[in-house]
Amino acid sequence: MNFDLSEEQQILVDSVAKYVKNDSPVERFRKQRDSERGYELEAWSRMGEMGWLGVAFPEEHGGFGGSFADLALILEQLGRGLVPEPMIASVVLAGGLLSRLGSADQRKAFLDPMIEGRTTLAFAYGERQGRYHLHECATRAERRGAGFAISGEKVWVLNGHAADHIVVVARTSGAQSDAAGLSLFVVDANAQGLTRTRVPTMDGQRCGLLRFENVTVGADRLLGAEGSALAHIEWAIDRGAAAACAEGQGAVQELFERTVAYLKERKQFEVPIGSFQALQHRAADMYAETELCRSSMILAAIEADDDDEEMRKREISTAKLQLGRGGWYVMENAIQLFGGIGVTDEQDEGLFFKRLRVLQALFGDADWHADRFQRLPHFATQD
Amino acid sequence: MDLSYTPEQIAFRSEVRAWIEAAMPPHLKRKAEGPGHYEQAEVMEWHKILYAKGWIAPHWPQDVGGTGWNIAQRHIFGEELVRANAPQLSPFGLGMVGPLLIQYGNDAQKKRFLPKILSGEEVWCQGYSEPNAGSDLASLQLHADKDGDDYILNGQKTWTTNAQYAHWIFVLARTNAGGKKQEGITFILADVRNTPGITVKPFLTTGGTDAFSETWFQNARVPQSNRVGPENGGWTMAKALLGHERTLIGGIAESRRWLRLCKRIAAATAVGSSSLLEDVEFRRRIARLEMRLRSLEMVQLRTLAAAQLGRAPGPESSILKLVGTDVEQEITELCMDGMGHDALGWLDSPPEALPEVERGVASLFNYLRAASIYGGSNEIQRNIIAKQILRLPTA
Repeated sequence: MNFDLSEEQQILVDSVAKYVKNDSPVERFRKQRDSERGYELEAWSRMGEMGWLGVAFPEEHGGFGGSFADLALILEQLGRGLVPEPMIASVVLAGGLLSRLGSADQRKAFLDPMIEGRTTLAFAYGERQGRYHLHECATRAERRGAGFAISGEKVWVLNGHAADHIVVVARTSGAQSDAAGLSLFVVDANAQGLTRTRVPTMDGQRCGLLRFENVTVGADRLLGAEGSALAHIEWAIDRGAAAACAEGQGAVQELFERTVAYLKERKQFEVPIGSFQALQHRAADMYAETELCRSSMILAAIEADDDDEEMRKREISTAKLQLGRGGWYVMENAIQLFGGIGVTDEQDEGLFFKRLRVLQALFGDADWHADRFQRLPHFATQD
Repeated sequence: MDLSYTPEQIAFRSEVRAWIEAAMPPHLKRKAEGPGHYEQAEVMEWHKILYAKGWIAPHWPQDVGGTGWNIAQRHIFGEELVRANAPQLSPFGLGMVGPLLIQYGNDAQKKRFLPKILSGEEVWCQGYSEPNAGSDLASLQLHADKDGDDYILNGQKTWTTNAQYAHWIFVLARTNAGGKKQEGITFILADVRNTPGITVKPFLTTGGTDAFSETWFQNARVPQSNRVGPENGGWTMAKALLGHERTLIGGIAESRRWLRLCKRIAAATAVGSSSLLEDVEFRRRIARLEMRLRSLEMVQLRTLAAAQLGRAPGPESSILKLVGTDVEQEITELCMDGMGHDALGWLDSPPEALPEVERGVASLFNYLRAASIYGGSNEIQRNIIAKQILRLPTA
């Protein structure tokens, strides 16, 4: 049992931290808030060159054969600078599914160029009526000749506004709420019948509202086996949750450190406000929650690679609950301790606050994960 | 980073589990079915069983009686003891004064005291707090005056947990009344039972048990050779010992026990034709606490792993105390909620009124109010974090 970073991991963390400090401080994100895409393709291709996009994919899939934990360490550092490039959507969700289920041809067409930083991907799964239930799917794919015709609507699709290729969940059989009958397809962004609406989000990023009207794809666009995608979707969304915890950890850590620095520097009643015990105790509780976030995030990142589905769900739900509750404690108190200035747009802290609130809402919120945890078979046993 | 168990570690777990199953006497196993409240004699009986096996002090260096296990093995061993709901050993010798003597004691002291801590022949208690020195521990007044080769001790200690069962006490005493209060404190070991002038009187706690006691010193004569470290140098050691204490008294292993207890209570509590363990809202309440405990266990593992690499438990261990005792209290509060009307019951309610699994829960719930107070109140832990970790300015 060893919690220390390996030499390779430390080098990786250092290089990402250096990139954030020198090339992608929060000011870069501020500029991207006003752009159409919300991020820069140039930055994306540089991440490809640096190898970050392929870290967690096997070597035979064009990656570097690292672990999900390596990817989590990258995300944690990116979270400290609010780096807006679509790592979670492209690498973790859609990239993860392509690597897990894709044929050699599909990987060559869709995964390889993404790893190289030449394209981006999205995963379209959520629907209006679904909340966090992944089996809820009214979007249908019907047999049309040798291929399929997809019709339906997907909401809040991360990077859905800009991705080159979209992995979409559609029902090939069964009723809207059935667990069986879900399939995955790869659709091109410019496919006939696909309408994409750019949706600005609270955190200054963008996502897509996607409408599919008889979007036809060939049989070669079916990803994995027909009708049995649910377990893979759950797997991908769990990794999304673990990734949100990792990026969120970076944001929580940054927000916490900025707050402590402010407590030392801001003076009222002729003394630094950090000398007041009421605020010191608040800061101490924030410290405890930050450490709990970090510990649970590490475990979740390691378990994201576990073939034991129940272990994976347990630890990832634990971390997402901690981000949702403990991370929230840090967020709300950071703004409170900054006082009025914390509510101004010119101050960065509010940007971290918003990003964290978005991460809370993605991939199951704290309540959803607590509920899933109590449904796991181990819960009622006493070991 | 690698948290997976090797095949050897998995085999080790089976070995430990089988051994506990075989080694625990039937009368202790019967108690393990309930909340796991053991009498002192039963705790010491289990202590001696572990000692005979050589597993009494896994966290000590191997050359003074430790097992030589790595962090993963120690963690597995701890998990298995909790799983069996085995008696919890007294922390004052094995967890506190033992490690302190290993670090600061001279050879004669190590030779004299460590073997009997291990064997359980000598039980220890802690003489830190005084009626007027609680959170402000350094203002302690019990004084030790030199007389020939001895110290003469006068004063009073309080919250001397288990002093009524103890053979020895470690005492913080004032040896210099002038100057900075932290710089006039000395760490002294005293024989509770054979030193004329030392008297012990237990307190009845709100939990209905006598866990705490007061200890008086009236011209109690103790040889200077029982001093650990230099005269007036006790505060450094007191703080080091508190660091060891904080890694223990967060009650993280205990919380696992109470969590299992909570589920057993819920399963045994009828709600019409169903049970409380079928109630989704109650299950979610348990789940949230179980998940928080899981996160805390990871913080503890990180702290232990750092200690294994030779980094002493620093002020970070304050988190374990602060959050750990909070979780411990919340779980026992949830046990009480789960019991419904049975929460009215007390230690002496007749068996036909109160199921055995619930006996002692109300006592535990009351006793554990002390958890956020003892070992440095949780407010003191926050002060430690604010000052020593976050380096926030003093007023």
